[in-house]
Amino acid sequence: MEYIIVLLPLIASIISGFFGKKIGDKYCLLLSSTLVGISAILSLIIFYKVLTEDYSSNRLFFNWISSGDFIVNWSIYVDTLTSVMLVVVTLISTIIHFYSIGYMSHDPNKPRFISYLSLFTFAMLTLVTADNFLQLFFGWEGVGLCSYLLIGFWYKKPSANAAAIKAFLVNRVGDFGFAIGIFLIFYFYGTLNYQEVFQQTPSIIQKEIIFLGIEFNLITLVCLLLFIGAMGKSAQIFLHTWLPDAMEGPTPVSALIHAATMVTAGVFLVIRCSPIFEYSQVALNVVATVGMITAFFAATVALVQNDIKKIVAYSTCSQLGYMFLAAGIGAYNVAIFHLFTHAFFKALLFLGSGCVIHSFNEEQDIRSMGGVWKKIPYTYALMIIGTLALTGFPLLSGYYSKDAIIEFAYLKGNTIGYYAAFIGIFTALLTSIYSWRLIFKTFHGRYKNKEKSLSSIQESPLVMLIPSCLLAIGAIFAGFAFKEIFIGYNSSEFWNSSILFLNIANHSHPPLWLVSITPAIVILAIPISYYLFIKNEKILGNLIEQNQFIYNFLLKKWYFDELYNFIFVEPLKKIGLFFWKKGDINTIDRYGPDGLSKIVKIISDKAVNFQSGHLYHYAFVMLVGLSVLLTYFILY
Amino acid sequence: MIEIGLGHYLTLSAIIFCIGIVGIFLNRRNVIIILMSIELILLSVNVNLVSFSIFLQDLTGQIFTMFILTVAAAEAAVGLAIIVIYYKNKGTINIEHISSLKG
Repeated sequence: MEYIIVLLPLIASIISGFFGKKIGDKYCLLLSSTLVGISAILSLIIFYKVLTEDYSSNRLFFNWISSGDFIVNWSIYVDTLTSVMLVVVTLISTIIHFYSIGYMSHDPNKPRFISYLSLFTFAMLTLVTADNFLQLFFGWEGVGLCSYLLIGFWYKKPSANAAAIKAFLVNRVGDFGFAIGIFLIFYFYGTLNYQEVFQQTPSIIQKEIIFLGIEFNLITLVCLLLFIGAMGKSAQIFLHTWLPDAMEGPTPVSALIHAATMVTAGVFLVIRCSPIFEYSQVALNVVATVGMITAFFAATVALVQNDIKKIVAYSTCSQLGYMFLAAGIGAYNVAIFHLFTHAFFKALLFLGSGCVIHSFNEEQDIRSMGGVWKKIPYTYALMIIGTLALTGFPLLSGYYSKDAIIEFAYLKGNTIGYYAAFIGIFTALLTSIYSWRLIFKTFHGRYKNKEKSLSSIQESPLVMLIPSCLLAIGAIFAGFAFKEIFIGYNSSEFWNSSILFLNIANHSHPPLWLVSITPAIVILAIPISYYLFIKNEKILGNLIEQNQFIYNFLLKKWYFDELYNFIFVEPLKKIGLFFWKKGDINTIDRYGPDGLSKIVKIISDKAVNFQSGHLYHYAFVMLVGLSVLLTYFILY
Repeated sequence: MIEIGLGHYLTLSAIIFCIGIVGIFLNRRNVIIILMSIELILLSVNVNLVSFSIFLQDLTGQIFTMFILTVAAAEAAVGLAIIVIYYKNKGTINIEHISSLKG
């Protein structure tokens, strides 16, 4: 069964990729969606088995690499953590496959699109079912590749190509750290297998190594390097710049890859490696701090963005920060719980945005929307559900996971925990404001679109709405239904051996004010944002006028792109140009191949002059030659 | 009175030979002059042969000369025929314009 789950998306990808033209667009889409759907159903069965009978298995696929002591298997490893990820990946993927049928209906390259999408699913499944770091790395790069292909899917748009390359390159930075981490693991542990690595970890806690001239604790170093990889993939601060640009891709891609699954691979990695991370308090603190900063940073940027997808993208970035924050304070199960619920409501938000964009004919700027909630009531309802869940409105899924993060951070009881709780609450407020800003600007107020009349706005087709509704159900109930299992009192039984907790989580009740403060803030933020963004826009205008500097700072995303351009891109470009123009063209080419061919050409040009074609020239040469020879023979 | 000996004959033939060669090079006008210059060169050789034949009391040289004259006549005929055909094809026998061998 595990084999089928992993292989079906690959088969779907191959069929639609290579034979898409033959079997026709429509069947191609249906076939891929169905195959991925089957694997989703099987994943649910596995999840149910894990839930009821503590199922776990490690199926060997084949022996991948075997070279001396270096033995890597290709296997399908299923434990609790994997089963949760399996459900998230295949379920969301199926829904988005079906959604794409509607969303991409006007696109001429449907088979290619669906093939990439299925290939992505396959890569993501190999990533989560890996039982060793190398297979994980394969999946890791596989999803990176698919992300690149899908961001640049509309390859005729220069901005899409640029975004795809940017995503690929920024991820390389993270992957570099990740790869070094894997090398270190193999060097010191002699194996890449999870189980063996995790078993050996406690015995080498004290080991110190010298890296780049600085003495590090081995475990800490490994954790930090792995975390750099996770930062790249999960768009944490400093390596986040690719995620907002990645919104150049089609919206289903943003929903699947850049919200629900691929970007959470980093979180998955940290949780999967919890048996290593648990032994390094330093690394955990770094994880938590980076998570905090990202959550806060991305939320502030999302406040002022105008592109509907960019807002949701920054929101994703911010929520990923929450997940790392949770992992960093040792609440891995809460992190995976937030990952689980976030996958539903963020994919829902993206699909909703996709519907909005579809209705507005590819318009993404929320300043030219507004007042359409009566025209597209279903999309409106879906977006409201997604927003409520995202902001953590009581009883929706985000409420359970996000509040749990804040509570666990508070109960941690140390400085970093209190900081995390405070940042968590503050970011929840920001989240609420920017989400409602999105809703109000998009659906309420005056109708501001000049190119399309209000009456021509239409609801999206059913094939887009039904998958979104499924996600909406998930967004509403996922938190409530799985709360006890994931983060309840007996959750450690459920997680079994897949997550290691050195410090048993503190289950004492958090103080009442903490439990009530976040929902209160979140609910209060709704009328406030309604007032600010709809009723009385003047206040906001004045606020922007007075704080022009801060506004621009946020609008330009903290000047990260400009900074990177200045520090890395421009100098590298200059160095590249120097080596290209001066080094390659002016030195190597000039004196190498070009020079030689030029000399040959010059010589042959001269030789051509020799052959004038005039008879008397030839005769002259003949006579001169003859006389020279004769002279020679006579004299000597 | 100067005794006319072998040296004079050879000098004469050398002069004719040089006239022939200079004729080939200085001639910029037409192919027929080249042909004529070649005849001159050939004749100078003949003069050489005849004079050596008398000097050495050996008839072979003179017989050889007869052959050369015959061949030269045939060669001149062929050469002139080529020139006629060439003129028919190209409309000119101006040596400045004959350069189809140019590389």
